[in-house]
Amino acid sequence: MPANKFNAFTDYGIGIGLRVPHYSHILSEKPTVDWFEIISENFMVDGGRPLKVLDQILEQYRVVQHGVSAYFGSAEPLNREHLKKLKRLVKRTNTPWLSDHLCWGSVDGRFTHDLLPMPYTFAAAKVTARKIRETRDFLEVPIAVENVSSYAEFHVSEMTEWEFLNEVVELADCGILLDVNNIYVSSRNHNFDPYDYLNSVPPERVAQFHIAGHTKYQKYILDTHDHAVINPVWKLYDHAVRRTGKTATLLEWDARIPSFEEVHNEALKANRFIENLEAKPIAA
Amino acid sequence: MAQSVMQPLGRDGGMRSKSADGRPMKAVAAAFIKPNDRLTSFERLEIYNRQYWFRLRDCFYDDYPGLRAILGDRRFEKMADAYLAQHPSECFTLRNLGRNLLRFLEAEPKWIAPNPDLAMDMVRLEWAHIEAFDNEARPPLNTDFLAGKDPAKIRLRLQPHITLLHLGYEVDEFLIKIKQGERLRNEASNAIELRRSRLRKKLRSRLRSKPVFLAVHRHDDAVYYKRLEDGQYLMLRAFQERATIADACEQVALCGLVTGDIGAEIRSWFQTWATLRWFCR
Repeated sequence: MPANKFNAFTDYGIGIGLRVPHYSHILSEKPTVDWFEIISENFMVDGGRPLKVLDQILEQYRVVQHGVSAYFGSAEPLNREHLKKLKRLVKRTNTPWLSDHLCWGSVDGRFTHDLLPMPYTFAAAKVTARKIRETRDFLEVPIAVENVSSYAEFHVSEMTEWEFLNEVVELADCGILLDVNNIYVSSRNHNFDPYDYLNSVPPERVAQFHIAGHTKYQKYILDTHDHAVINPVWKLYDHAVRRTGKTATLLEWDARIPSFEEVHNEALKANRFIENLEAKPIAA
Repeated sequence: MAQSVMQPLGRDGGMRSKSADGRPMKAVAAAFIKPNDRLTSFERLEIYNRQYWFRLRDCFYDDYPGLRAILGDRRFEKMADAYLAQHPSECFTLRNLGRNLLRFLEAEPKWIAPNPDLAMDMVRLEWAHIEAFDNEARPPLNTDFLAGKDPAKIRLRLQPHITLLHLGYEVDEFLIKIKQGERLRNEASNAIELRRSRLRKKLRSRLRSKPVFLAVHRHDDAVYYKRLEDGQYLMLRAFQERATIADACEQVALCGLVTGDIGAEIRSWFQTWATLRWFCR
């Protein structure tokens, strides 16, 4: 199950996000890391240090692309120029699959640079799925969509978030990048049981996991990626990975980034759950 | 929702009580966002509104340390909010957020009074820095390429990462010192905030009006500010305007900007520029 068509039948283990403060450590010390996830947009440039560093990383590591601006859920059509740039990067990195978010964020050519939640309607699912399919066909790599953290729900929604996710991935026949921290954050913000969410996700479509830390405020939780993973999120991860089997897992740490070792060690904690898999699987 | 998210924040740093068209934001938010047991519709929408502005301000803050040092943090923030409200991002990357800043400040110099020329020079330099950082570098040409060619027929191209600037102030040195100060601040602690403020004042007081010709370029993946002589600037500008080598040399000669052996001088410039890989196909 972990190697599936949505992650190009690969068998990736635990990776971390490639971030600027770690560049020099990685390039000089060459630590053993199973794979790095890059933010595609940071490397969709015409030259300079970003691409030089990326090429050096690619010489030694496996890299998977993760995007933040495809905005599959935006109403406007896909931007061909953007896709062409993205495809150039796909060819450079040889990413086995490519992920982006199940969200929207641009209107009439104006970008919010945020991952805005979608109205969970059948009409929105249809439009979103069509854009995912078009993107996959153009880029010629499997696509996995990630569930986002959210702080608002819409009156017009016709289903739960997980029902919407399932509707979209079925219509698009694409994979899921399941972010268990995002499920936790949204479950607290919207008062639902995160295990209901996890149990509804088709395990055969999970191409990859994300784990991360967040920040708790008095009335809501914000997905800040600036802390270690908390135990309730590890428990969710444990549950999720027992449903899917060992699946590529990535720790996101994007703000107040500590040393490379600290980030990598935090990510490697996922091994505790993966190693137990054979003992305690959950039937899909 | 996008309109609400991108609407400028109120003076208290929260979402404004009225929308751009005068409707109460509470009603606007309630029309499409559900409340929950802890947050009203307004408060839920406000999270996105605040995040939008914090994200853009952070990016702008990082991209324009020099302009920030000239204006001071508070004036910079007001100017940034006004600019971003008029020119929201139109690109998938925040890298291009300041693309229209020069045009905005030319139209509304009140944000950079009382010395708009100084601030504009800094904006030009900081945008050139952004361009130099990750613009394309094409395969370079060396001076051998010119051997045996007719200078009246050859037009040289400069690398896309090079910006030529004619400035009225020595903002290049100012910016380098400001960035050194910011690095120290990051490495140390906020305790040196006061020292940073003093450093800015000191550097501002030393900024002199003086013509500066500058090439902002990238070499070995680092961005550099290279001072040019006026004749060098004239020649490189001529190349950017697609003049032939012969025409560019003539322009320099006619201006009388080079004393002594003009041929030897120009050959030496070419050697330097070729070494820096400034010419490309």
